[in-house]
Parts: sequence; C-alpha cells; structure tokens
Amino acid sequence: MPTLVTWFVPALLALPVGVGLAGVVLPAFGYLPALGGETFSLDPFRQLLAVPGLAASALLSLASGLLTTAVSTIGVALFLAAFHGTAGDRLARRLLAPLLAVPHAAAAFGLAFLIAPSGLIFRLLAEPFGLTRPPDLLIIGDPLGLAMMAGLVAKEMPFLLLVAFAALPQADPVRRSRLAASLGYGRMAGFLLTVWPGVYRQIRLPVLAVAAYASGVVDVALILGPSLPAPLAVRLVAWMNDPDLSLRFMASAGALLQLAITGAVLLLWLIGERLVGLLRRRVAASGRRHGRDGTWRIAAGIPVALAGGAVFFGLAWLFVWSIAGFWAFPAILPPSVGLATWSRTLESAGGPLATTFLVAILSAGVALVLVVILLEARRRQFRASAGRAVRLTPAMAGLIYLPLIVPQIAFVFGLQVAVLSLGLTPSIPLLAAVHLVFVAPYVALALADPWYAVDPRYEQVAASLGHGALARLFRVRLPMATAAVLTAMAIGFATSVGQYLPTLLIGAGRLPTITTEAVALASGGNRRIIGAYALLQTLLPFLAFTLSATLPRLLLRGRGGMRRA
Amino acid sequence: MIGFRIGALVLAAGLFVSGAARGEAASDAAWQAVLDEAKGETVYFAAWGGSQNINDYIAWVGGEGKQRFDVTLNHVKLDDTASAVATVLAEKAAGKDMGGSIDLIWINGENFAAMQEQGLLSAGFATELPNWAYVDTQNPTVTVDFTLPTLGQESPWGGAKLVFFSDTARSGLVEAMPKSAGELLDWAKAHPGRFSYPAPPDFVGSSFLKQVLIETIADPEVLQAPVDEAGFEAVTKPLWDWLDAIQPVLWRSGRDHPQNYPAMKQLLADGELEIIFAFNPAEASSGIAAGELPDTVRSFTFPGGTLGNTHFVAIPYNSSSKSAAKVVANFLISPEAQLRKEDPRYWGDPTVLAMDKLPEDDRDAFAEIDRGIATLPPSQLGPVLAEPHPSWMTRIEAEWKRRYGG
Amino acid sequence: MTNQNTADGPQPADGLILRDVAIRLDGRRLLALDRRIAPGETLTVMGPSGSGKSTLFAFVAGFLDPAFSATGSVVLDGHELTHLAPRQRRLGLLFQDALLFPHMSVGENLLFALAPTLRGRRARRQAAERMLAKVGLEGMFDRDPATLSGGQAARVALARTLLAEPRALLLDEPFSRLDQTLRIATRKLVFARIRERGIPAILVTHDPADAEAAGGPVVVIGEAGGDGPADPRVRTGEAGAEGTAGEAGGEAAP
Repeated sequence: MPTLVTWFVPALLALPVGVGLAGVVLPAFGYLPALGGETFSLDPFRQLLAVPGLAASALLSLASGLLTTAVSTIGVALFLAAFHGTAGDRLARRLLAPLLAVPHAAAAFGLAFLIAPSGLIFRLLAEPFGLTRPPDLLIIGDPLGLAMMAGLVAKEMPFLLLVAFAALPQADPVRRSRLAASLGYGRMAGFLLTVWPGVYRQIRLPVLAVAAYASGVVDVALILGPSLPAPLAVRLVAWMNDPDLSLRFMASAGALLQLAITGAVLLLWLIGERLVGLLRRRVAASGRRHGRDGTWRIAAGIPVALAGGAVFFGLAWLFVWSIAGFWAFPAILPPSVGLATWSRTLESAGGPLATTFLVAILSAGVALVLVVILLEARRRQFRASAGRAVRLTPAMAGLIYLPLIVPQIAFVFGLQVAVLSLGLTPSIPLLAAVHLVFVAPYVALALADPWYAVDPRYEQVAASLGHGALARLFRVRLPMATAAVLTAMAIGFATSVGQYLPTLLIGAGRLPTITTEAVALASGGNRRIIGAYALLQTLLPFLAFTLSATLPRLLLRGRGGMRRA
Repeated sequence: MIGFRIGALVLAAGLFVSGAARGEAASDAAWQAVLDEAKGETVYFAAWGGSQNINDYIAWVGGEGKQRFDVTLNHVKLDDTASAVATVLAEKAAGKDMGGSIDLIWINGENFAAMQEQGLLSAGFATELPNWAYVDTQNPTVTVDFTLPTLGQESPWGGAKLVFFSDTARSGLVEAMPKSAGELLDWAKAHPGRFSYPAPPDFVGSSFLKQVLIETIADPEVLQAPVDEAGFEAVTKPLWDWLDAIQPVLWRSGRDHPQNYPAMKQLLADGELEIIFAFNPAEASSGIAAGELPDTVRSFTFPGGTLGNTHFVAIPYNSSSKSAAKVVANFLISPEAQLRKEDPRYWGDPTVLAMDKLPEDDRDAFAEIDRGIATLPPSQLGPVLAEPHPSWMTRIEAEWKRRYGG
Repeated sequence: MTNQNTADGPQPADGLILRDVAIRLDGRRLLALDRRIAPGETLTVMGPSGSGKSTLFAFVAGFLDPAFSATGSVVLDGHELTHLAPRQRRLGLLFQDALLFPHMSVGENLLFALAPTLRGRRARRQAAERMLAKVGLEGMFDRDPATLSGGQAARVALARTLLAEPRALLLDEPFSRLDQTLRIATRKLVFARIRERGIPAILVTHDPADAEAAGGPVVVIGEAGGDGPADPRVRTGEAGAEGTAGEAGGEAAP
C-alpha cells in the first residue's frame, strides 16, 4: 500500500506533463489531423531551423539559464559566507517574505521602471547632467539579455536564499565556522570551504529548478528581454498564438528545441558543479587561510542587496506611478497625484482577486495533502523508524519535480488540447487541478526536508504510548512541522497566484485571475495601471507569507522548543 | 485578371447585402426568435483588454445587454487577439465542436482570414442583424476585410485610420510635420533617434510597413491580389530601400523597437520619440484626458492618404450562445452604442454607421460629439488607402524578420 | 489484554522473553539472543557503538528497518508481540533525549500518554499531576518543556512513559546526556519505578555504571567490532554514524 501511494502521487503530478509533451511531440513531427497534418515528417524541424535568428534565440535561452543561476547561486553563497549569523543575515531573513511575495512580472516591471532611460535612475541623473529627455540608450531589451537576466536574478536570489536558510542548520554552520576560524581561516573562506558544500548539496534541486525556469521564462523576458530576436520561449508563445495556424507545427518543433536547451543548461550546470568542486578541493588543499577578508565581506553583500533593493524600490516606484497624473521626464516625483487609477482598478479587480484566491488556496491545500500523503507513505516504506535518512528515490523525485524541470511552455499547449478533448469546461476546480501540477513540486520542495527532519523517535514514543498512525500524524508530526507546513503553503499559494500561461489556456479566459488581468492590461502600456496591478498581484502572496510567518508564533505561543524550527 | 477578382469580391459582398435587404419583412419574426433564444444566456466576448477605456465601454455594453435583453456579457480580456483564435483552434483540434468557450470575438485582418480559412467561424449573420440597416455599406472595408469578403461572418464594430501624433512642445508646429513616407524619412534623418515603429507582427507596426509599401510601390494595384512570390522581391524593393535608409536613424539605432502602440505612446510622453502613429484618430485626445500624454500633442495625417480599415466582431463556429452573441453584435451597431463609442470621453472610436441612414436626432448627436483638441475632424482625416490582401502582411512580416529580426 | 501482574506472583510465562532472536543484515548475522527477563528485572545489553544494540531495541519496540531481517519472537507476559504494531505492544520507551513534544506543555505531554479510558478533564489532570508529584515535579503542569532543565525533562519523560501503564520498559541509553549527579539520581528513580511496578526492562547502554545500577543480568554483544565494511544504511537517528557490527555478537553470560 505505501509503495502504491509513493508511486501514485508522483505519477499523478507528472501525468499532465507527459500528456502535454505528447501534445507537442506529435505536431512537431507533422501530425495534427485537426490542422491537416496526417502524416509524419521532419518538415516542422526544417521550417524551424530556417527561422531567422533562431540560433541567437536559442543561445539567449541557454545563456539566461546558466548565467541567471550562476549569479544567483554565487550571490547567495557569498552573502551567507560574509553575513551568516550577523545583523545583515537577520535583516535578510526578515525581508525575505515580502521579496518572495512579489510575482516575477511585478518585479520585472519594477526593475524596468527603475533602469529604463526614462526611469528613476536617469531622472536622478538628469539634473546634474543636464538631460531634458531620456538618453537614447538600449538598456531594457538589450540584445545580450542582461536586463532580463538582472530581473530574473532579482527574483531567483531571494528564492535560493530561502531554501539555503532552510538547509543551513543541517550543515552545522556555527560549529564548522568556529572550527575553521580556530584553524586561522577567514570568515568567508571558512564558510565557503566547510559549510557551503553541505548547504549546496541540499539546495541542488531548487538550483536546477531555477536554471530550468530561467532558460524557458516568458513573462520576465517579454518585459525586460530583447525582442530582436527574443529568447526562444517568447517566440514559441508568439508562434503558438499566431493566426497562421500552420505555424503550430513549427512551434511544436520549437517546444522540443526548448526542451533540449533546458536539458543542455542542466547538463552544463552539472558539469560546472564538478569543476567548482575540483577547484574548491584544490583551494582547500592549498591550506591558504584568506584571513583578511574585511573588504571582500562588504563586496559580498552587494548582489543580494542589489537584488533586494531593486525589487523594493521597483515596487515603491510602481506605487508612485499608480497614483501619478501626467508625469514627464525628468521630474523625479509626479507633479500631480490622484486615486483615479485605483478606484477604476479596484472596481474591476474584485472578481479576479476572488478567483485568484480560491484557486490558490485550493491548489495549495490539495498539494499539501498530496505531499503529506506521499511523504508519509514513503516513511512507512522505511517503517518510519530505524533512523535511516528517509529520502524520495531519484525516480520519484524526478517525477514530482518534472514540472519544475520541463519548461512550462513546452507542455501547456499540449495539455490544453488534452483538457479540451476530455470535454472539460473551465471551472475553478479544473484550474486549481492544473495549478496543482506547478504548485505541488514547490510544496514538496519546501516540506520534504523539514518533514523528515522531525526526529522519528517522537513518533516512536507516541506509538509506544498507544497512539495510532492518524493521531501520530495530526498530534505529533504536523504540529511539530507547523512552521514548515505554513511556509510550504505560502510558497504553493504564491506559485499559483503567479501562474499566467496555464491560467490563460486552461481557464480559456473565463476565469480571469489577477495575473491574467495584469498581463492583459500591461499590453496597454499604461504605467499607472501596470503599477496598480503589479501591487495587487503582490498583495495575496504577501498576505500568505505574512500569515505563514506570524501564525506559528500565535499558535505556539509559550512553546520555546518550537522556535528553533 | 486581378481587376476581375476584385470586382468579383465586391460583387459577392454586394449580393449578400442586397439579399439580406430583400428579406427584411420576413426577418422581424426571425429576429424575435433570436431574442427569445438569447434570454438568460451568457456571452463570452474575447476582446483585447489593454485599454481601461475600452474595458469600461464593454462593461457598459454588458450592463445594457443584461437590462434590455437579459444577456450576460463576460469580457474575456486578451493581450493578443491571436490567442483567442488559438483557443478556438485548440477546441477544434480536440473535437469540441459544441459548447466552445468563446461566443464573440473582436477581430479583423489576418486573424479573420485565419479563422475563415480554417472554418472556425459561424455562418454569415451580420447582414441579418436589424441594425445592419444603419451600417455605412458604401464603405468597402465594412464588407471586405483586407480584401477578403466577410460573407457576413463578422459584423462591423468600428473604423480605424492611420494617423500620426507629435508633441508640439518639443517638435514644433504640426503643420511642419512630414506629409508622406518620403518626407518622414528625411525628417527622421534630421532627427536621429526620434522615430520608430513597433516590430511586426504587432498590428500597428505591420500596418505602418503596409503604409510605406503602398506609398513606395510602383503599382499599388498588385497589392489587392495575393502575393506573387516570383515578383515579390522586385515589387517590394522600394519598401526595403526605405527601411534600410531609416534603420540607422531610428530610436535605439533600430536595435530595438517599441512593443506596440501603447509603448510608443509612453515613449512620446517621455520625450524619447517625437512622431508616433495609431490606428484610432481619437487616441491622442484620450491619451491627454487619461494623463498619459502631454496636452501639447496634436494629430496629423498624410494628405496622399493613409491606411484605413474596419474592425469587427465574429462568432466562432462552436459558440454555445450564438443567438445571444448576435443580440450583442446587433446592439454594438445600434446608433446609441456607436455614439457612445465615438465619444472620446468613453472611447473615441470612429463609427461604422452611415450618417445619412440615421434618424435625425442620432445624426445631430454624432455631429455634436466633442472630439477633443488633439483629434482631427473626420473631414481632415484624408483619403483612405485600402488594405492589401492579407498574404502581403504575412509575407512582409516574414521578410522583415529575416532582414531586421536576427 | 489483561494485566498479568496479579497478586499470584510471577509465573514462568510472566516477563519478557526474547526467544531465539537473531537479526541479520544482508544475510550476515548481527546478533543473536535468547533470554527471559523476569518482572521487575532489568536486562542490560552492552556493546560498543555499531554493535547492533539499537537494532535490538528497534526490533523489540517494533521499529526495525526493513533492511534488516529478524527471526525469533518477543513474548510479553505470555503474549506474542513480534507481529503486533508498535502501538499495541504497550512497551514504554525512554531515549537518551527526553523527546518531550515541544508543541505541548508538560501537562499536555502527560495527558497525551494517559489512557483514554480515564475520562473527565479533572480526573485526567489529577492523574497527571499525581504522576508529576511522584517524579518530584509538582506544579510543573503548565510549564513549557523548553524551559525545563535536562534532569527535569528526563523525569517528565519517565512520568509520561509510566502514565501509559507499560508492561515492559525499553531504555536506550537514557542517562547518557545527563551530568554525573543528575545521572545517579535519575538512574535511581527509573530503576526504583521498574522494581515498584514489577515490570521487565531492557537497558541498552555502553556505560558499565548503568549496568551496575540496573543490578540485573548483562549481555555484551558485538565485541569483535568493525571487521566488516561500514554499511551506510545502518544509521541511527541519534548517533548518525553507527557502523555495522562485527560478526555474530553472540550471547555472553553475565
């Protein structure tokens, strides 16, 4: 029975990915009867390879996947190395929840409003440099995709920081750092050589998820990325949506190319891991202590501070735009403000907010139940007992995390066709079920380690006191994992809120969420409305993260032993 | 041969119209049946959702529809009409031939061509709508959409005409602005970095390319027929010469393009661009009213004519509330709804109705609309250049991508 | 399930019997044992780290990792336990950590252990308070376990275990985390309660002083120690790195 469950849940989550992929594999080889593709051929691939700028698009996606991940990971490692256990560390922990709550698109808009030639930075520079109009500089949408990668880093670094914070205690940072210091190692060198490898080993999967995401991202790329050519995923959406329906075949072939690029990113990353590991061992073996790292320590905080600052200032700037009247360059603040945008926005945002909330709470709740069932079934397999480290098998983990590794764009279109063929009409449960595919992996990611970190002997004690499995689950393990459960819920909730493509395609536009509304209105380019919607989009996840941080404190008041968790 | 084809198309469209007019008496009862069937139904209207003004207008239509016809209108806000086409296509691919998710779709041009070609549209209905009697059928773009006869499969909703805007506070008098594509090129050379156009396949960007094509091509007549691949390069050479010449003096040196019209509008407001263009003559005024553009922006157009077309609403073949969709389509071309739509306080979109067919009160109401300081009166909009066959758009977009897209 | 500790005095079937117990990993025998522990008696199992002490403990308690195979049976007061679920075995467990549930107060920890057959809020609370008094912790009912000292926590853990009326006790190095003075006091308390209740107990330890205090028979297992390759699967939650035992730690006479 546990064996069945441990396979059933991952298979359930992976099934839509498989179905969706099948839905693009067939057209990629020319088969889609509804469009007259009755025979198999390689024409879609020939057509794809003939597309101008394809190589540049593919390289952009590849570079985005690798660079975003590298910068984010290194930034997190340096930050922890320099600031672990300091006031900076505590500040980062406190600010993390609001940072995580900002959806990708909102963060990207915020960054765009800051760094564009007409944005805050150049408005501040206008006075000293005598600018009367924005400089003609290609900053947003630069051909190398640097702005896009900056936007991705600003969002991914906080995510990796969150998982690193969670993994840190298992790497025994305090004692290892002290040990390294007693041997004369500098703070950063000591951390990077003794603690970080243990942390990285645990956050490897999230890191790979970041790499996969960054190589196939659509919304951030649309807002900040280059357009001539755009990264592959953006062009795929355009082809899939092209009124020339024959492009569907080529788009499907492109989806497979996207899959290959993401695969290449992951492969290159794994090779890079090896190289870095070799380097680390050589550095460690050299015995150099790197004792004086004062200046380095300050520099090491820059990436995280920049990322956090960009998101915060970006949001603040979005808010100012949302209340601005006509606001010309180079005025730093709008000459007139008003609430007209907000009153119009709030009037129409109620329904979408409610839909967003329902779908998010449903999908996060069901995801939690499924993940708990899976984790428990897996523990049962281990007889929950002998203290052996419980882990999901690579095959199970592979299935669960498949939706994080396979780019969304490669399978949601196929999934849409499948949903339609089943004759399902768009409804909130259906949408929640589709969101579940993307939400559950994050819930599993957030919950698995803390879940298994609960000392199994507590339940042995409970069992010896005569309590059955359900009592042990609900009265011992769940309460002991309260903080982790709520964090996992909040992450799942935020993931659901941020879904755009699946919501649009599966909801068929009938179930507008705050995110689909935001993207539709963003196409109108009105900065006031973009500002208002970006803030509204941030609101629900922000509440979720705030609740997940404060509820345990309220529920477990006077239980000092839970504070460590 | 080409002339014959155009003639046949217009003739076909005309036959359709007169056929409908003949059955007017009989259709009263038929329309009543449609109204009865529509009662209590819900219409999912897929329409671009990027403008708060338009969204509010559609919401108003929804309110009226509920009150008058007991029809619920849900606006499915799109960021790109093509995605609605893709939705219907996906439904057809999945064999969902009934109970489709979209009942009414805001459409024209290549999206319409694609849906018509793939059989994704309901049979003709537009000419049977009671309010069709008011439609300006003299306007060829009402029945021929980008050279394709609509066959009544889409009902006109509003007009569009290419107009240019500039900020007089930065670039001086609007009278001194370019008056043709050729002059625009010279102006751009004199003002490097101050002009750009949205990258195709953005609708406005592609339309601008067509404007230049029509102005520079030796014989515009060939554009009314599908692209002849053999002669394509030679025929379109003037267009590419023009684009090659302007490329280095474009905004961002042509290395990037604005995403769409709204992006251009923002760039005009920021002072990055000095000349922009739109397909709605009232855009400048409504932009000023919304605080998005400075009140020094004015409109101008090319005396030799600019591209014009009509946008429509169509009913997908698998709509589950076709009758209700027809009721909405009919209301959209009522004098009342059209009047509100042309009023820049609400939207500012030109009407598709013929003034001489309207009752006198309605005609006066149209005449009294305050179009705003930045809007050219209909009389000064200049001649309409007809849209080329949709295949030109597709072909030119592909060629543009090949030349400038990588 | 009748209480076997009647006034009739010990019967031959009373007590905890480990009959021909042998535990193997990958076909290799880790340990073998065949003992009877009389009511009120404590069997001390000694052996170095990795000798399989904790494996024996897990087997008797019912938590044996499926990677091991075990033969033989465990019989308590004439009842076969081997195939019962842990919660049906009615064995009290004490670990080296007190393992008080951190989300419950001291009192709630005790109430969690008290059999549901005792009804009524007041009656249950009184039973818990009485038990607290017995271990010298009067008035601690509402305390947060996190505020207790190590010795106090150990005593609450004992109180919790006893409150469930176990028919035997399994002790896994329960004193090793306590300092010298506390250790002596806690030992006294635990063994006094075992004798008072007249239930059998197994104590797993590597501290000879524990064995001495227990006063019962002692078996030593896994003396050869570590000539097989370390098997990473044999790890215990608390120690984290207990390697495989050597060949056949057999039974040794006290």
